Amino acid sequence: MKVRDLIDKMGLTLFSGELCLDKEISGGYVSDLLSDVMGNAAEGQVWITLQSHKNIMAVASLKDLAAVILVKGQAPDTDTMAHSIEEQVPILGTDQEAFETAGQLYHLLNA
Amino acid sequence: MEFRYEIEGGNFSRAGHASSAVKKILKQLNVDNKVIKRVVVALYEGEVNVVAHAEKGSMMVDIDEQRIRIRIEDSGPGIPDIDLAMQAGFSTASAAVREMGFGAGMGLPNMKKNTDQMHVTSEVGKGTQVEMITWFRQ
Repeated sequence: MKVRDLIDKMGLTLFSGELCLDKEISGGYVSDLLSDVMGNAAEGQVWITLQSHKNIMAVASLKDLAAVILVKGQAPDTDTMAHSIEEQVPILGTDQEAFETAGQLYHLLNA
Repeated sequence: MEFRYEIEGGNFSRAGHASSAVKKILKQLNVDNKVIKRVVVALYEGEVNVVAHAEKGSMMVDIDEQRIRIRIEDSGPGIPDIDLAMQAGFSTASAAVREMGFGAGMGLPNMKKNTDQMHVTSEVGKGTQVEMITWFRQ
């Protein structure tokens, strides 16, 4: 499944990175600890988090993640969005909590 | 080939710039993707440690055909007990740094796990030096 399809199926907000929605999703990772993501997330995964500051994009880009989903209505600041465009990792959003978001993603990827 | 990057203490908005630059170089040199993935973790954690704890620092990267050697030096508080600092979960990061999702005590263990050799030296009140080597042929 591509990031583009995920946005449609989960009704996610697209904050930034509309030019890089064709990345294939390999899985998901849920964490708010940046070192945990750095150490354990894998290429192509979608990262679900409530952290919305600029450093999430450095991590997402270094790890070649497919996209970041901000939960609980969190919105990225302009710096974070600029970095997302530069690094070509889309930032998506939802009002749901991480539990529901991860559940839906898991279901979609394993359906 | 040698490269040097300056790291600004306290400036989280630039954290990751040096790591990202080195990653691009390794890709250009066609280094094995698995090696790049490991090295990037060590680079970023080392860079963030300087940003989170020190006043300033530098990252020196030396690449030859066999290996990449990374040396990160900072001017900062130093580490009184390196063995303790190496323990997963131990951190002296401030509350503000922890709130951003850093300071979980995973940095140094992540660096050790993702390099072939790592050596840390430190002097309290002066600074810390970390040297890491990763071989391209695993």
